[in-house]
Amino acid sequence: MVKELWELFLTFAKVGVMTFGGGMAMLPILQREVVENKGWATDEELTDYFAIGQCTPGIIAVNTATFIGQKRKGVWGGIVATLGMVFPSLVIITLLAGLITSFSHLEWVQNAFAGIRVCVCVLILNATVKLWQGAVKDVWGALIFAAVLAGSLLTDLSPVLFVLAAAVAGIIIRCVGGAGK
Amino acid sequence: MIYLKLFYEFFKTGLFAVGGGLATLPFLSDMADRTGWFTQAQLADMLAVSESTPGPVGVNMATYVGFETAGVLGAVVATLGLVTPSVIVILIVASFLKAFRSNKFVDAAFYGLRPASTAMVASAGIGVVLLSLVDTSASGLALFRWKELALAVVILVLTRWVPVTKKLHPIVFIGAAAVVGVVFHF
Repeated sequence: MVKELWELFLTFAKVGVMTFGGGMAMLPILQREVVENKGWATDEELTDYFAIGQCTPGIIAVNTATFIGQKRKGVWGGIVATLGMVFPSLVIITLLAGLITSFSHLEWVQNAFAGIRVCVCVLILNATVKLWQGAVKDVWGALIFAAVLAGSLLTDLSPVLFVLAAAVAGIIIRCVGGAGK
Repeated sequence: MIYLKLFYEFFKTGLFAVGGGLATLPFLSDMADRTGWFTQAQLADMLAVSESTPGPVGVNMATYVGFETAGVLGAVVATLGLVTPSVIVILIVASFLKAFRSNKFVDAAFYGLRPASTAMVASAGIGVVLLSLVDTSASGLALFRWKELALAVVILVLTRWVPVTKKLHPIVFIGAAAVVGVVFHF
């Protein structure tokens, strides 16, 4: 039990260290560490967790860590995975805090992060393609994808609304329309 | 009792900030006005730093504010405050999910949710693309940041089609992109 919890802590600490930017930047790293290396969740489950994370309180990275930890080792698993996720931030920010404002204004630091952002774009694109393969099963799925993509790019509506609308659409299509499996 | 107050303020932020790390920003801005723990200008600096250090932005912000306000213990308390509501809510949701996962309505809801969730990830990706590859203040050929675009194409090819490199860990590409950024003055 302790060994497995420790493994959860370490894995999520690793994900925390390698994530630059918001929760979405974490997705390629999660796919690599949690789906491919550990087999703790599938790509489909990751999309579920991201969907739920969009409409529950708190930041998505933490929500996802709690979900996967809970799935592995119950309540303690959820707590330990989350602590693992935030541990690198605590250490790094506390160590850097003194230098931090001057640090982020250094030109080479800004250049490095401009480079990282370019890389993150491509990694998110690749991650999206992987999610698509598990998530969009038929033409209805493609329509929901297109509608939500347009909605979130063109409007300022809350993601909660999209999530609720998509869930309702799924129920209507499956139960009334009788779309295939 | 500063620790209790830090925990309370960040607990509230964690409870009400729904979706994404940047959702914490308006709450922090409000916190700056009410508590005087930090100024709006410091908040902007913190945001820059949080985005450029490893870890989720929301967590980094909490750690930084906590540290600046009350030292190492403050950093720990603020971060725990931020994540506590998520952990509680998700543990409850996860146990419900387990019980209802085989229900046909829940299953149908997820059938609709997955494409939507994928679309929201795609939309976040497009946001980063616009930020890093396109210069919206320019027009014509200057509209694209060509150096960045070239790097993006190289990474895309290496991560998707070159058999030797596509199995590499994402962090390899992140590290290489940082070096390229410094060398070519992105």
